[in-house]
Amino acid sequence: MAVQTPPRALSTTRPAAPKPGAGRPWMERWGGLFFVAPFLLLFAVFLVWPTINGFWNSFFNTSLAGVKQEFLGLQNWREMFGDPAVWSSLKNTLVFTAMSTPPLVIVALVMALLANRKGLLGWLLRFSYFAPFVLPATVVTLIWVWIYQPGFGLVNGLLTSGGFAEIDWLNTENRAMLAVVITTVWWTVGFNFLLYLAALQGIPAQVYEAAAIDGANGRQQLFRITLPLLSRTTGLIVVLQLVASLKIFDQIYLMTNGGPNYATRPIIQYIYQSGFTSYRIGYASAISYLFFAIIVIVSVAQFKLFSGRRDAA
Amino acid sequence: MTTITMPTRSAPSGPVEPRWTYPKVASVVGAVILAVLWLVPLLWALDTSLKPEPETTRAPITWLPQAPTVEAYRSVIEQGDLIRWFLNSTVVSVLVTGLTLVVSVLAAYGFSRTHFPGRRVLFGLMIAGILVPPQVLIVPLFQEMTGLGLVDTYWGIVLPQVVAPVMVFVLKKFFDGISRDYEDAARVDGAPRWRIVWSVMVPMSRPILVAVGIFTFIGAWNNFLWPFIVTTDPSMMTIPVGLANVQGSYGLRYAQIMASAVLGGLPLLIVYALFQRHVVRGVGDAGIKG
Repeated sequence: MAVQTPPRALSTTRPAAPKPGAGRPWMERWGGLFFVAPFLLLFAVFLVWPTINGFWNSFFNTSLAGVKQEFLGLQNWREMFGDPAVWSSLKNTLVFTAMSTPPLVIVALVMALLANRKGLLGWLLRFSYFAPFVLPATVVTLIWVWIYQPGFGLVNGLLTSGGFAEIDWLNTENRAMLAVVITTVWWTVGFNFLLYLAALQGIPAQVYEAAAIDGANGRQQLFRITLPLLSRTTGLIVVLQLVASLKIFDQIYLMTNGGPNYATRPIIQYIYQSGFTSYRIGYASAISYLFFAIIVIVSVAQFKLFSGRRDAA
Repeated sequence: MTTITMPTRSAPSGPVEPRWTYPKVASVVGAVILAVLWLVPLLWALDTSLKPEPETTRAPITWLPQAPTVEAYRSVIEQGDLIRWFLNSTVVSVLVTGLTLVVSVLAAYGFSRTHFPGRRVLFGLMIAGILVPPQVLIVPLFQEMTGLGLVDTYWGIVLPQVVAPVMVFVLKKFFDGISRDYEDAARVDGAPRWRIVWSVMVPMSRPILVAVGIFTFIGAWNNFLWPFIVTTDPSMMTIPVGLANVQGSYGLRYAQIMASAVLGGLPLLIVYALFQRHVVRGVGDAGIKG
């Protein structure tokens, strides 16, 4: 515990508060910069500079060693827009986002409604729902690749013992993405769940007491009070989830490596392969910026939507 | 909604509804079923890791190991770099968490309480930085690290992760809400500003600092993409990156693969179990305010 002396009242008999740095106008004017400086230095070196440098690289035929070879102008960009692999990986990213976002919002809401209780049961429910979220991607995918394993994995073991045909989840083109989505929902739904739970706990109990006195039953309370009051939280969660889903890479890379036949390869994996497997830094940078533009558009659009809604409310 | 007439009598002493109604029972049952579904993969991993290797690939699956053994754990620890990866993950996560807290608290204080030319522009630039996905930076950042000679070093893994504009933003908003009276009093006493940060702002924002710290730690421990890019030497890998290679190196030894998964996931599960209260509240604070 840090010992904290209670703040003294200002109205003592002391003379007027001496301004710190008085007589040192330079310090008074610029002193604040020292607090921000360490962050700004790291921010400039590890965020601003690579952001600019990546954009710059996209106009060159650059090798991984960082030697700029020749100026290409817009050639990388032109090639990108005509590259079917860019469009297919972009499509996979969007398909993953469209498939994963609804369950990640709805399951989270259901969990929050169910787990909003005190005591040991509440603790156990919160632990179970959120626990997967604290695991590294690799641990999650090792477990799920094993679960999806044909022959003796858990899912196929249950399917065959129930008399169904087994499915080679990760090696079947129209099943692999579903398998990744299921794993993702299991892994990350806990975060949205906690956001909903916090919002639920912020609803004052008097609202429900008053509704109960007015004769509202449980279902009416849920649909007329709880869900409307959660609508702002739902908006926030959808925003965060869309942007997070668009950034999909880890699970797919580790579970299917983009396969089978590139059916699950997301755009970030294509960036990674262009840069670190084909050593085409300039081209990888151009694709990075296409992805960046999409993220910015989605974020800004939703920010506008959001602030608009807040004004209306 | 209909107008609600507030009851004039004092707070009801008993529960408003009967204790066990059909919907209440159903919700408990549903909650428990979901919890079991969410725990099964974890328990299945633990279960597999305790089986002797041949039993893992037996055709009708067995639920509990017939002859439980820790053989898989022993061989994973003996043959692999697991201990080394643990050490690396610990060093990296502690450095990232400590540096992020110090750097972000100072910056948040600077943006919240001091005035210097260009402050608004820099703050705006930082907010814009939130929009930049780290995934976009892997290529130029790797080039930069090559130039700085930081590939396969702790600093190479750590420093880019310390840049956390979201954390600065969350802390700045929190600091904005703290009354200035406290620091004014400290300034009357002649305390320099850096002491005010340490002895006034930090103690007053302890809950949010704990939350930011826990989330930074979990994020750093679990970060896959950047350490994966910036390490090539197995002895410099963190747990998530190192484990990505075990599937290949162990072949189809599922008990061993699951043993390494359990060992890789356990530390954070324990941290989470101990700090669940802070985590739950932290998500609420950061999420609602951020």
